[in-house]
Amino acid sequence: MSFQSVWFLLIAVLWVGYFILEGFDFGVGMLLPFVSRNAADRRAVLTTLGPVWDGNEVWLLVAGGATFAAFPEWYATLFSGFYLPLFLILVALIVRGVAFEYRSKHGDGTWRARWDLAIVIASFLPALLWGVAFANIVRGVPLEKAASGSIEYVGGFFNLLNPYALLGGVVTLTVFLTHGAHFLALKTAGEIRLRAHGLALRLGLIAAVAAVAFLLWSNLMLPSINTKFLVLSIATALFWVGGIAANFRGREGWAFLSSSIAIATFVSGLFFALYPRVMPSSRGAQFDLTIFNASSTNYTLKVMTIVAVVMTPIVLVYQGWTYWVFRKRVSASQIQFPEQGVLDTLHQ
Amino acid sequence: MNSLDLARWQFAITTVYHFLFVPITIGMGFYVAGLQTAWYRTGNLKYLRATKCFGKLFLINFAIGVVTGIVQEFQFGMNWSSYSRFVGDIFGAPLAMEGLLAFFLESTFLGLWIFGWDRLPKKLHLASIWAAATGTLLSAYFILAANSWMQHPVGYIINAQKGRAELTNIFTVLTQKTALATFFHTIPAAAFTGAAFLAGVSAWLVMKKKDIEMTRGTLKLGLIAMLISFVLVGFSGDLTARVMTDQQPMKMAAAEALYSTTESAPFSLFTIGTLDGSRSVFQIDLPSMLSFLSTGNFKGVVQGVNDLQAKYESQYGPGNYKPNIPLAYWSFRLMIGFGFLGAIFALLALWQMRKGGTPHGKWFLPSMLTLPFLPLLANSFGWIFTETARQPWAVFGLIKTSAGVSQVVSSGAVLFTLIAFTLLYGVLAVIEVGLIFKTIQVGPRPEVDYDVDSVGGSADRPLVMSY
Ligand code: HDD
Ligand code: HEM
Ligand code: HEM
Repeated sequence: MSFQSVWFLLIAVLWVGYFILEGFDFGVGMLLPFVSRNAADRRAVLTTLGPVWDGNEVWLLVAGGATFAAFPEWYATLFSGFYLPLFLILVALIVRGVAFEYRSKHGDGTWRARWDLAIVIASFLPALLWGVAFANIVRGVPLEKAASGSIEYVGGFFNLLNPYALLGGVVTLTVFLTHGAHFLALKTAGEIRLRAHGLALRLGLIAAVAAVAFLLWSNLMLPSINTKFLVLSIATALFWVGGIAANFRGREGWAFLSSSIAIATFVSGLFFALYPRVMPSSRGAQFDLTIFNASSTNYTLKVMTIVAVVMTPIVLVYQGWTYWVFRKRVSASQIQFPEQGVLDTLHQ
Repeated sequence: MNSLDLARWQFAITTVYHFLFVPITIGMGFYVAGLQTAWYRTGNLKYLRATKCFGKLFLINFAIGVVTGIVQEFQFGMNWSSYSRFVGDIFGAPLAMEGLLAFFLESTFLGLWIFGWDRLPKKLHLASIWAAATGTLLSAYFILAANSWMQHPVGYIINAQKGRAELTNIFTVLTQKTALATFFHTIPAAAFTGAAFLAGVSAWLVMKKKDIEMTRGTLKLGLIAMLISFVLVGFSGDLTARVMTDQQPMKMAAAEALYSTTESAPFSLFTIGTLDGSRSVFQIDLPSMLSFLSTGNFKGVVQGVNDLQAKYESQYGPGNYKPNIPLAYWSFRLMIGFGFLGAIFALLALWQMRKGGTPHGKWFLPSMLTLPFLPLLANSFGWIFTETARQPWAVFGLIKTSAGVSQVVSSGAVLFTLIAFTLLYGVLAVIEVGLIFKTIQVGPRPEVDYDVDSVGGSADRPLVMSY
């Protein structure tokens, strides 16, 4: 396997990790008002994310950094081309991070309510936009050779809002919602757990319809049948349905595991549909960005491979350990002074 | 303004803003870890109170440090895509390493620290804050190595056919003199900043007579750490200056507004009047000092702006190779000046604290509240100097800033995001400062000892920490 292929694979792994991990973050963020009835509920819901959300987000940062290092042309074309959607995602991630960390600093009701609203909106936007962005990459966007010789995006913002891409957005949105509900059902106790169960079932069915439509469309859109993509698409559908069934039967761990695997097969399927292209052009294959014309030199790829091979397992171990440390379910009854913030004088 | 100017403003604003939080995070991370270690060792609850009180401030600051960093990671691709294409083969590597080695470590172990008080045994809990603090150092190291490569590119060749720079030796990039000097300047500067934050907050608490047993101690700790780190900053600054004069003589010439090449050049302390090479109205000089600073020899020759301009024209072709000279001159002085001011404050305060006293005087104690701002200003001016005096180059001698900007992004789009980020950052600043003041107002709380004997904590008792 060439170093280019290795890095294509590694970047796919990073996105898979990112969508599984921050996928449930987004889901939980969006579900916040729908699974909670009072202040204690809301705090319990967010406490399931507290120790892990930042570590989850780093998967995105590393995916970005790795793309820069391994495929600079891809990094440059993608981020300058998808300028406004990316900007919206950045703003959402900024607001969301601050909202998590600041909402419970004091107990003032308006302060909390505003941050909670921010969490919902700022989880919704990226959950939708990542799907739109990925669908566009798979579908192909207008890329052409610029005067400078580099391949640049020549479409506008509205070019990105085509029906296929919007369907992609609906898929990630509903998939993350369901995945978040599975996570909550697994990580909470009492009322919240029950509500999450019910929501997961309904959302899971909607997501199933959207995802199947999207995968069918994607498979048919390709010039010829791509066996790997097809197999992974079918696997996605099976695991997704398995997740719904597990949730229905109250097997929370299995439900969460199944939706995680379904996300993994879904994302890696899209990457296989692309391979060896990283950004196909809708203006002709001569303008495609591929792992060959977008990559760094072999030397850089080799250096980065060594770093990745050494570090990734270590990161997986300590991140996994964090989930183990915080494995206990969180319940609203454990929140001592739900109406008070960390900075309120009464709080011990 | 065209999209180049706008993109430059955007980079300057978002990075300077990011770097207001960065040095506090780096510095405070270690002080909080130290305080917790003291508690672990002695069991004295005043250290636990200090850990929790300053830990809260540290986290409020850290949150903004993280979210503003995300923008940095993507900005190169968004606004500077031509630059990214040109340097990606080299510049991307340290950035990716920073993520893999540092950001995962920081974020994961900080999560463990925040929520782990009742879930981890004392020792492991203590280890997690140290791991997070180590992460901040690693992060600084890799990103500074990337920045140093822009100041002084090494370990590369130019591939003319592909029109880009390509990496030939990663070790040279990671261990070149510029990277080491910059690291040893920036980290003590962060230690200085964190210490000033610690001291400034403690001074406020002392003034309000809150928990004097603890706050007198943290005040003293902060002041002493300020002095030690300032000495290191000055020492490494001197080192940095020599590396810089050697590699980017135009920068030193600009910093001194020295127009013609001079032997035994004086160091200008202060100038009133223009800095355009005509005679100044009023000026204080330290004879031969500049020669010493930049070459280590009082008789050394320092090259002037005009001679360097002529040299670069013959080397790189016609063009303007002069950075903004008044900006370079003043930002260099303001960096040093604000640093000195902070150190003098610390010295005076420590003097008043000898033999068990507390800083006093009608004006002195209140004015110590400005302490945290002095190093922040010094840091910002340090970066403004380093980055603007490198202009017109983005990577010295290889690619000009003007050639690095994205071709497909309209100036309208850059203007829009520039305004949006600036407004958002403004709002965040107000919220964050408000929270910091609120935290200080509450001050340290009484704390009780606790012990957890197994990972995951014991039964389902009330949570110590929840969002
Ligand atoms: C000398 C240190 C230093 C410098 C020059 C920079 N940073 Fe930074 N950055 C840090 C030191 C740091 C840190 C100490 O590691 C931070 C600050 C606060 C924090 O939470 O971590 C951080 C956070 C941080 C994050 C969020 C990490 C997370 O989610 O945990 C990102 C993505 C970046 N930075 C990226 C950048 C980029 C691309 C820079 C260059 C333009 C940059 N930083 C300059
Ligand atoms: C260490 C990582 C950093 C890297 C890789 C980096 C890189 C860059 C790049 C690519 C530009 C845009 C091109 C240009 O205008 O020159 C720039 C400009 C600038 N940077 Fe940095 N920078 C870093 C850190 C910082 C920090 C921490 C600050 C300040 C706190 C800073 C302040 C500035 C300023 C003020 C400019 C504008 C200069 C101008 O356009 O005149 N930089 N830097
Ligand atoms: C005490 C005397 C000081 C000297 C002689 C000094 C010297 C220098 C020099 C020569 C540079 C430019 C490096 C380059 O462009 O290659 C620099 C940059 C910088 N300085 Fe200072 N400095 C001093 C004090 C301070 C203080 C007090 C702070 C902050 C607390 C500070 C923070 C910085 C920062 C953040 C940079 C940019 C990063 C870098 O390039 O190293 N400096 N300093």
